[in-house]
Amino acid sequence: MTSVLTAPAVEPPAASPRGRRRARRSPRSAPRSTLTRGSALGLGIAMVWFSLLVLIPLTAVVATAGEGGWDRYLSVLRNDQTWAAVTLTVGQALLVTALNVVVGTVIAWVLVRDRFWGKAALDVVIDVPFALPTIVAGLVLLSLYGPNSPLGVHWAFTEHAVTLALAFVTLPFVVRTVQPVLEELEVDVEEAAASLGARRGTILRRILLPSLAPAIAAGAALSFARAISEYGSLVLLSGNRPYETEVVSVRVLTFIENGNTASAAALASVMLAIALVVIVALDLVQRRVARRG
Amino acid sequence: MVELSTPVRWGLRLLAIGYVFFLIAWPVGLVVKHTFTGGLGVLADTLTDESVAGALRLTAMVATWAVLINLVFGVTISVLLVRYEFPGKRVLSALIDLPLSVSPVVVGLALLLVYNGRTGWFGPTAEGAGLTVIFDSPGMVMATCFVALPLVIREVVPVLVEIGDDQEQAARSLGAGAVQTFRRITLPSIKWAVVYGVVLSLARSLGEFGAVKIVSGNITGRTQTATLLVEAKYQNFQQETAYATSFLLILVSIACLVVVAFLRPRAAR
Amino acid sequence: MSIEVRGITKRFGDFVALDDFNVLLPSGQLTALLGPSGGGKSTLLRIIAGLDRADAGSVSIEGVDATGLPAQKRDVGFVFQHYAVFKHLTVAKNVAFGLEIRAHGGLRPPWAAQRRADRARIDRRVAELLELVHLSQFADRLPSQLSGGQRQRMALARALAVEPKVLLLDEPFGALDAKVRKELREWLRRLHDEVHVTTVFVTHDQEEALEVADEIVVINDGRVEQIGTPDRLYDEPANDFVMGFLGDVTRVNGQLVRPHDIDISRVPLLAGAVEGTVARLLRVGFEVRATVLTDDGEEVLVQLTRTHARAVGLEEGVTVWLTPVTGAATVPALPSMRSAG
Repeated sequence: MTSVLTAPAVEPPAASPRGRRRARRSPRSAPRSTLTRGSALGLGIAMVWFSLLVLIPLTAVVATAGEGGWDRYLSVLRNDQTWAAVTLTVGQALLVTALNVVVGTVIAWVLVRDRFWGKAALDVVIDVPFALPTIVAGLVLLSLYGPNSPLGVHWAFTEHAVTLALAFVTLPFVVRTVQPVLEELEVDVEEAAASLGARRGTILRRILLPSLAPAIAAGAALSFARAISEYGSLVLLSGNRPYETEVVSVRVLTFIENGNTASAAALASVMLAIALVVIVALDLVQRRVARRG
Repeated sequence: MVELSTPVRWGLRLLAIGYVFFLIAWPVGLVVKHTFTGGLGVLADTLTDESVAGALRLTAMVATWAVLINLVFGVTISVLLVRYEFPGKRVLSALIDLPLSVSPVVVGLALLLVYNGRTGWFGPTAEGAGLTVIFDSPGMVMATCFVALPLVIREVVPVLVEIGDDQEQAARSLGAGAVQTFRRITLPSIKWAVVYGVVLSLARSLGEFGAVKIVSGNITGRTQTATLLVEAKYQNFQQETAYATSFLLILVSIACLVVVAFLRPRAAR
Repeated sequence: MSIEVRGITKRFGDFVALDDFNVLLPSGQLTALLGPSGGGKSTLLRIIAGLDRADAGSVSIEGVDATGLPAQKRDVGFVFQHYAVFKHLTVAKNVAFGLEIRAHGGLRPPWAAQRRADRARIDRRVAELLELVHLSQFADRLPSQLSGGQRQRMALARALAVEPKVLLLDEPFGALDAKVRKELREWLRRLHDEVHVTTVFVTHDQEEALEVADEIVVINDGRVEQIGTPDRLYDEPANDFVMGFLGDVTRVNGQLVRPHDIDISRVPLLAGAVEGTVARLLRVGFEVRATVLTDDGEEVLVQLTRTHARAVGLEEGVTVWLTPVTGAATVPALPSMRSAG
C-alpha cells in the first residue's frame, strides 16, 4: 500500500514577486515540528502503541530470521517442499494478477461506461471479497467447485483451487483502483481525439490505456501482494498438499506449529521483503502520477 | 466517449457479469441455500450450540475491542499526519499502511515472537506482571488490531485534507481551545468518514482468521472465534454447523457492505 | 496605539514574507493593508491574530503583549477570505459559537441554572447580531443554503459576537463577484461607523482600500512602503511603487504623473512643455484616452473628458504640447523602475 499522504506538491517560491504564491500557509517542505504539548503527547502514545503492535513484532521476525545468517535462509529455501511452495505461490500470484489486470479493467469499464439493469448490484457484489471472512470465502468456493459441485467440477485440493481462492480475494483491487480514475477521465479528450480523426482502437491505445496504466499498475501490485500473503481462503479449499497445493503462508504456519520459529521467521521475512518492495513500487508509481497530474 | 460496437459492449458486459457471478454471487448463494436446506431448524440448533454461541461472543468481544482501539488510534494519527509537521512524518505515513500488505500468518508469527510467555522478547515480563498475551484474548485483540490498523486512517485522512483547516482556525480565533475545536468542529466534519472506517474495520475484525489462529492457540470454548470454529467444524464433518456459522458471518459482512454503500453518497456530499 | 507590530520577521523556507516589519495601527479606525499578492500582508494579519507564528519580533494588542499568546487568547475576531463557516452548524449556531465557548466551554452540565441564564443571554446577543448583518430570517438555515455575500456577513457577525478588541479581515470580499463586493464594502464602512471596533483588513484592490479605509498601509516585498490617509497616499505618494499601485501612471519628461493630471494643448502655452504627436485616440464612455508620441520617443498616456478633448480639437496625427498640471502628484521616474505589480 502506498503512503496515506500523497507527496505534497511543494511550490518553490518563484524569483519574481509577481509569480509568488501567497505565503499563507507554511509549505509542507519545512521539516520543523509544529507539535504542541498536547499533540506531542498524543503522538508519543500513538507511537508507543504502534511500536508494540507493529514495529517491534516485525523487527522480531527479521531479527529471528537474521540470527541464522545466510546459511539458514539458503537451507530453508533449498528445502524442496519450501521451494515448491514458493514457486507455486509466486506463479499463482502472477497468474491471478494477470487475470485481474484484464478482467478487473473490463469490470471497471463496464461499471463506469455501460448502463444496464442490475449494475448497482454488481457494484456492491464486487466488494463482497473485501468484507467476507477469508475462511468463509474458502467454504463459499467449495460449495460451487468442491465435491458436491452443481457444475460437476471437482477442483478442491488441486492447483485450480489455489487460483480460484486467490482470484476471489483479489478481485476488488484492480476494479476499485481503476474505477475512480476512469470516472474522472475527461470525455473531452476522447472526443478531441475522435475529432482529429483517431479511430476507436487508436483512442483506446493512445489515450485511454496510458491514463489508466498507473491505476492498473497500482491495483496489480496490491493484488499481487495480497495473493502472495493469502492464507485463510486456502485452508479448506486447497487441502494444503505438500508439493501440490501448499502455499508459502501454509508453509510458515507448519513451521510455527512444529515449533521451528527460526525457519518460519526466515520464510516470513522473505514475504515481508516482498510486501515492502510492493509498497515502495506503489509509492513511486503514485508519486509519478501525482507529478503528472 | 468511445462508443463500442454493440457486440463488443455485450461481450464485455457478459464477461464482467459472468466472472463475478461464477466467482462470487453463485458460490455465496449456494452457502445461503445450504444453510436452509435443513430448514430453519439447523440455524436455530447452531445458535443454541454452546460452542457456537461462545465463539460468536468471543468474536464480538475481540472485534469490539479492536475496533475501539483502532478508532482512537486511527483518528489521533490521522489528525497528527494532516494537521501537524514533525520529523519522520513521511516515514510514519508509509509505515501505517504496512499491515495491509503483511500476511496474517506473518502477523501471527511476529506477535508470537515478541509476546509468547516462554521465549518472547516481552512475553515473560508481561506474564510476570500477570498479563498473558499469547493464547489469550489480549493477543487476539492485538492480532485483530494489527490487520485492521490502517482502515480508519485511510478513510479519515483524505477527508481531513479535503476540509482544510479554515474552520478550525476560525474556531481558535473565537476562543476555542484544542479539545473544544476538535470536539465541536473537526469531529462533526469527519463523522461519516469515521463511521465508514469503523464499519470497514468491523468487517475486517470479525473475519480475521490466520493471525488469530496463531496467537489464540485455537482452544475450543476458550479462544476459538467464529472463523476458527468454521474451520474446526468443517474439518470435523459437522458441515451443517460450519455452513450455518458462515451464513451468519456472511450476513454480518453483507450488512456492513450495505451500510457502507448507504454511507458513501453522504460522505461524498 | 491599538496594535503595535515590532520587528516581525517571517520566513517560509528561503522566502522572506516579512522582513523586520514595524507598524502602529491606531485604535477605533478602519485600516487597510494594501499591496500586491505575496507581499506579506496576509501573513502579517495572521501573525497579529496568532494563526501563524513569527520567527522574530513582537505584537501587542491594546497595550498587552500578545507575542506568545495562542489565537484563542488574543481576543481578536478574524474573518477569512473563504468564510470558514462551520458547515454543520446553523447560521445562529455559527454566530453563537464564540459566546458558547466563552460562557461555559461546553463543560457545564445542561441542568445547571447558570447554563440556562447563559443560553438566554447568548440567544439575545445572536438575535441582535443577525439583525445587524441583516440575516435574521436565515437564523435556522445551514451555511450551504446562503449566498457567498450572506456567508461572509454571517462570518462577520460570528467574529463580532465575542466583542473582540480588534477585528481582522483577510481579503474579506476577494471570493465574491464584483457587484456583491461593492455592496459589502459600503456596508462594511457603515457597520464600522456603527460599532467602532478597531478593524484591519487586507486587500490587493486599491479601489477597495481608497473607498473604505480611514488609513492605508501599503505593503510590498515584506516592507512598509507608505502609511497615510487615502487622500494623502493618492496625492503625495512616497515613491513610484505607491504611485503606481494606487492608480494609473504615465511618464512625461522624466516624471511619473497620473494621466488625468496632464494638460494638453495644440499650441505651446507654457515653457518646458513637451512636444509630440497624437498616435492613437480611444473613447471609453465619457472619457478619451490619447496616446502621444513625444519627440524624445516617449509614449505618454493622457486622459481627458470628451468635452475637453473636443474643445482642444484632438485628432490622430495632430501635434500637441504636454505639461503636468500645477499641483499634480509627480514622482521622479527612476532609471530602473521597480516592478509595480
